[in-house]
Amino acid sequence: MAHIDENPLGRDLPLDPLPGHSSRGRLERVLRRGEFAVTAELNPPDSANPQDVYERAAIFEGWVDGINAVDASGANCHMSSVGICALLTRMGYAPIMQIACRDKNRIAIQGDVLGAAAMGVANIMCLTGDGVQAGDQPGAKPVFDLDCMSLLETVRIMRDNGKFLSGRKLTTPPQVFLGAAINPFAPPYDFRPYRLAKKIEAGAQFVQSQYCFDVPMFRTYMEKVRDLGLDEKCYILCGVGPLASAKTARWIRSNVPGIHIPDSIIARLEGAQDQKKEGKQLCIDIINEVKEIAGVSGVHVMAYRQEEYVAEIVHESGVLKGRTPWKRESNLGDALVAERMDALRDGKTENQEEMADVAAHRPH
Amino acid sequence: MADAKPGNAAPAKKAATGAFTPSGVSPNRRARRSYTIRLWAVRHARFLEWFYHRFASTFLLLHPLWKAIGYSRVEAPITFIERNVKGLMFDCRMCGQCVLSSTGMSCPMNCPKQLRNGPCGGVRANGNCEVEPDMPCVWVKAWEGSRSMVGGDAILKVQQPVNQSLRETSSWLRVTAQAAEAREAAAKDA
Repeated sequence: MAHIDENPLGRDLPLDPLPGHSSRGRLERVLRRGEFAVTAELNPPDSANPQDVYERAAIFEGWVDGINAVDASGANCHMSSVGICALLTRMGYAPIMQIACRDKNRIAIQGDVLGAAAMGVANIMCLTGDGVQAGDQPGAKPVFDLDCMSLLETVRIMRDNGKFLSGRKLTTPPQVFLGAAINPFAPPYDFRPYRLAKKIEAGAQFVQSQYCFDVPMFRTYMEKVRDLGLDEKCYILCGVGPLASAKTARWIRSNVPGIHIPDSIIARLEGAQDQKKEGKQLCIDIINEVKEIAGVSGVHVMAYRQEEYVAEIVHESGVLKGRTPWKRESNLGDALVAERMDALRDGKTENQEEMADVAAHRPH
Repeated sequence: MADAKPGNAAPAKKAATGAFTPSGVSPNRRARRSYTIRLWAVRHARFLEWFYHRFASTFLLLHPLWKAIGYSRVEAPITFIERNVKGLMFDCRMCGQCVLSSTGMSCPMNCPKQLRNGPCGGVRANGNCEVEPDMPCVWVKAWEGSRSMVGGDAILKVQQPVNQSLRETSSWLRVTAQAAEAREAAAKDA
């Protein structure tokens, strides 16, 4: 039987756009169908070897609806999100391309959005980005030309109005599903739900949250979000992840900006025989709690350097409810590439004289 | 001058590593004094809002004068005054497109990320900045300030990206010129 997110005319064909959808991607399909979505974060390699990306993506195959390609997260240098997305789309994965405002100005960002959409990236996530002080090169110049809000608006304008920010027209607008980030665990707490409302107004269609270790706090946030009716305008994915040990948890708490870990969590990890196993169990428990909160449409699993546990976590928490996320997605450009590869294999060579002759008879 | 304060963004410490430490318009410039006046402005956001409305209408009344002298000619002295007054009060960075009334009288250009639409996710639990650990987050303050203002809900409006070509120009004159233009257009329509 054909998978629900598969072209009925053949699995190698790209998906047709559905009415009302802003992208051809399957993440949007899953969310709009009302299914509980699972996304994961790919640890970007510090290498120029495509195999590293493929191997890290293969771990998630069949378990997630989208793979986040991070844009120098924590202001640390890694392979770029554009590069990762180019590789992932080539292999038929469904990436969520993150764009951070820290490193690129509006000129570069708009160009990247077009390039990404042309490669077949269906989901773009707009972030402000950590400050350069957090990373391995604190001497870098922080750009922050746009902020996450104006970035969302920029991409929305490109998609819906078919124009650059300057007003210049696009011949083909990018068809993308727009995402943003939320952090309910940082002050000013009472402003956070309104900030989500602002993001939705700017164009956010789905949001992924920062690591959630404090479920009561998230629940309070979601209550306010529901009061404002925001959960109906936007899909909210809760960020979760396993902690490797109490020591790591402490380090994260004091060194990574924006992650709130309550003492009770650290105490629970410390009390365990096998801290790594307990960290994984904790993550599963949190997923089981947040999936019951009204308005939560999915989870975003960030298992940094523990990617091999994502499958287990997703399986044991049972959030997929027996559903198999579609593994490979076909790209609009696939047929052309295949044709080109065949031509190369057949040893077809270009005849320059003939080409010059054709060009001479067909002036522009 | 040695920078005694901790934090990665401390310029002296950073300069010692040979890293690029720009001054002037850099978002990384660290205010080398305490934040007392800036925080006072936020606490008195309601009064400053009231004052600004009076001030803006006075400026608009003077429109014929500005026009007679020529906006381009008054630009330099007004910019000088604006830079120094707002610099003292709000640690103004002269972005030239002032949004103080929409941000609870806390200047968003003092945010190391120059966010104009709300706090990033890195705000510390004590309400201080991720980048400059001893500075209260300008957006935490902005939210506090906006709550005491009459038009405080303007903070919920999505702001356009900064037009960098307006840097170091007078926001007061621009607002006045635009208001005068709008008034004239309305008079013409009527």
